[in-house]
Amino acid sequence: MKFEPINLGRWLVWGLFALLLIVAPLIFTQGASVSLLSQMATLMIFGLSYNMLLGQGGMLSFGHAAYSGLGAFVAIHAMNMASNGQLAVQVTLIPLVGGIAGMFFGVLFGYVTTKKSGTTFAMITLGIVELVFACSLMFPGFFGGEGGVTTNRVIGEPFLGITYGPQIQVYYLIAFWLFISAVGMFAFTQTPLGRMANAVRDNPERAEFIGFNTQWVRYLTLVLSAFFAGISGGLAAINFEIVSAENVSMVRSGAVLLFTFIGGIGFFFGPMIGAVVGVFLTVMLSSYTKAWQLYLGVFFILIVMFAPGGIASLIMLNLRVIKFGRFGRVWPKLWVTCAMALVALVGVVMMIEMLYHVTLNAASGPMKELLGFAVDTTAPTGWLIALVLLAAGAFGFWRTKSAFQKAWSEVNVEIEDMIRRAEA
Amino acid sequence: MEFTLITLLNGLSYGLLLFMLSSGLTLIFSMMGVLNFAHASFYMLGAYFAYTVSTQLGFWPALFVAPLIVGAIGALVERYGLRAVHKYGHVPELLFTFGLSFVVVELVQLLWGRAAVPYRIPPELDGSLFTLYTTTFPIYRGFMMLVALVMLLAIYLILTRTRIGLVIQAALTHPDMVEALGHNVPRVFMLVFGGGCALAGLAGVIGGNAFATEPAMAATVGSIVFVVVVVGGMGSLVGALLASLLIGIIQTFAVALDYSFGSLLSLFGAHISIDTPGYAVLNLTIAESAAILPYLLMVLILIFRPKGLMGTREG
Repeated sequence: MKFEPINLGRWLVWGLFALLLIVAPLIFTQGASVSLLSQMATLMIFGLSYNMLLGQGGMLSFGHAAYSGLGAFVAIHAMNMASNGQLAVQVTLIPLVGGIAGMFFGVLFGYVTTKKSGTTFAMITLGIVELVFACSLMFPGFFGGEGGVTTNRVIGEPFLGITYGPQIQVYYLIAFWLFISAVGMFAFTQTPLGRMANAVRDNPERAEFIGFNTQWVRYLTLVLSAFFAGISGGLAAINFEIVSAENVSMVRSGAVLLFTFIGGIGFFFGPMIGAVVGVFLTVMLSSYTKAWQLYLGVFFILIVMFAPGGIASLIMLNLRVIKFGRFGRVWPKLWVTCAMALVALVGVVMMIEMLYHVTLNAASGPMKELLGFAVDTTAPTGWLIALVLLAAGAFGFWRTKSAFQKAWSEVNVEIEDMIRRAEA
Repeated sequence: MEFTLITLLNGLSYGLLLFMLSSGLTLIFSMMGVLNFAHASFYMLGAYFAYTVSTQLGFWPALFVAPLIVGAIGALVERYGLRAVHKYGHVPELLFTFGLSFVVVELVQLLWGRAAVPYRIPPELDGSLFTLYTTTFPIYRGFMMLVALVMLLAIYLILTRTRIGLVIQAALTHPDMVEALGHNVPRVFMLVFGGGCALAGLAGVIGGNAFATEPAMAATVGSIVFVVVVVGGMGSLVGALLASLLIGIIQTFAVALDYSFGSLLSLFGAHISIDTPGYAVLNLTIAESAAILPYLLMVLILIFRPKGLMGTREG
């Protein structure tokens, strides 16, 4: 019998997470914030389930929305049957129905997709999601055609006074399932299968030589991931009370890939950050600017090129520097570089916004509201200011970048030295 | 007979257009292992550049200028984008091109607006080439087939008969050896990527006015092209040709056939009504299911011949 101390840190983190989920709607009380929080929590489950494939198993999927979307369709039909009295199921358990449906389709499609890995796997998943999407327009009976399937989440007698009518009750339902799913998915990372998924990701040949069937490992991981994706689909069905062909589309699959990668695939909590950023970008930014998809695409490319670990890795790297007490040396250079980048960013954003205004909105006059100022897009002044900001920021960034890089690499070399010495 | 012949011709011309798109993708993939998700975006760029150039200089200069511009953009993307990501592996490269496809669609809307642009077939190619029984076959379809065949021949000759083609083929299997012999392999990669994008651009020039030049055009062919590459076998040009023709013909025939399983069963005396179990599936006509046929074909190929029609190895 091995002595295992209670992992206090882990209990603390999960406890804080649960506490955060409980108090979040009490802190953010503005009009739409509960609805936003519900969307974030749903996307978190979806992102975490996606990261089981991409982060843990190294499987880049373009078709994850097939599982969550089909799960959502089955869940919404289950809700409609429950309200007709054909099926006895509580709304609380509807996500489980979605999860089982997602798992079923995972068993079905996964058999084909997981035959391959790497880029071929990516292409096949793309084909599968297009297949499902095309089917959704062919069978209007199940998929509801263009309009989708609608439902009413207030079914049957209230249970302990919970009707799921008010949004706040739906939020707590989603938060409850988020917590359970997150614990489940974290537990999966600790199981032998989860470890094998990592091995198959890193070195499939070696895993096969040890005697594991890599295809079988990928298949099982995908089936479990599809289960959690289905749960998120079921929650989305309850939250929005409508499921349409868009839920099984390539667009939805691409979005979860974007957000998960932006959040960071190397850490378990990365997709959660990605979900928060994603909802902010899609819901908040899209109400301010028409160019939000351009910003999202460019942001994603920058992350892929310069920070492939996502936001999570940026946070963790800086935390490591703070932990070793070296942040004071990096900080003065870091903030100057960031400030310069910000100046250049303002210039670029000004230009893009004015350009969008000129091509898409010219009918509504030459004036464009920018950061509280009305700018005339036909006069050169606005363009000049933007250009100067961009040039100054880019020049400053270029000048200060090397000093920051030097300080950063020095500090990190020192830290790695210290770690090595501590180990020896 | 008339229906069969004319549909076959239409299918062939659509298939050849698919081949123009997938050949560049296959070339890039077999050379660099990069799956260019933005390939269809370059196809769209080709169509838009051809539209702009043709309004200034006419269609024929556009036929040459637009692919060159697209090729140059492709080379720049390789040089300043992909090469930086290369060290992280093939999946980040794929992710980079995935992000690029987002950005290109937005930039196209930024420059040319959200509606379709009036990119038209030039008057000298507008008309009928010949009349088969009672159906006319447009000149432009024939022109598309001609361009595709010329392109196929050109790729074949360049790859097998020229010095740079031999270097490319060698760099495909033995990049280290080729580099040791003094060739600049990264530049060869840049050339191949640019060339592949130029081929997509050429497809855009002649496909853009045959169909519609709009921001959604990349998404409509994007997935099909990947299906072609998987069905044909990853990295095989001949496979890509066969698969493109197969998918082109299957889809063109399917769109025109208004039969369902139900009508087949009623031939044998079965009575199909709305109460019959599985009515939704039985009543589905082939025309309605045309959209899923390429994907079904892909799934079947993967189950019964996982390496694709002409693939040499299982990836």
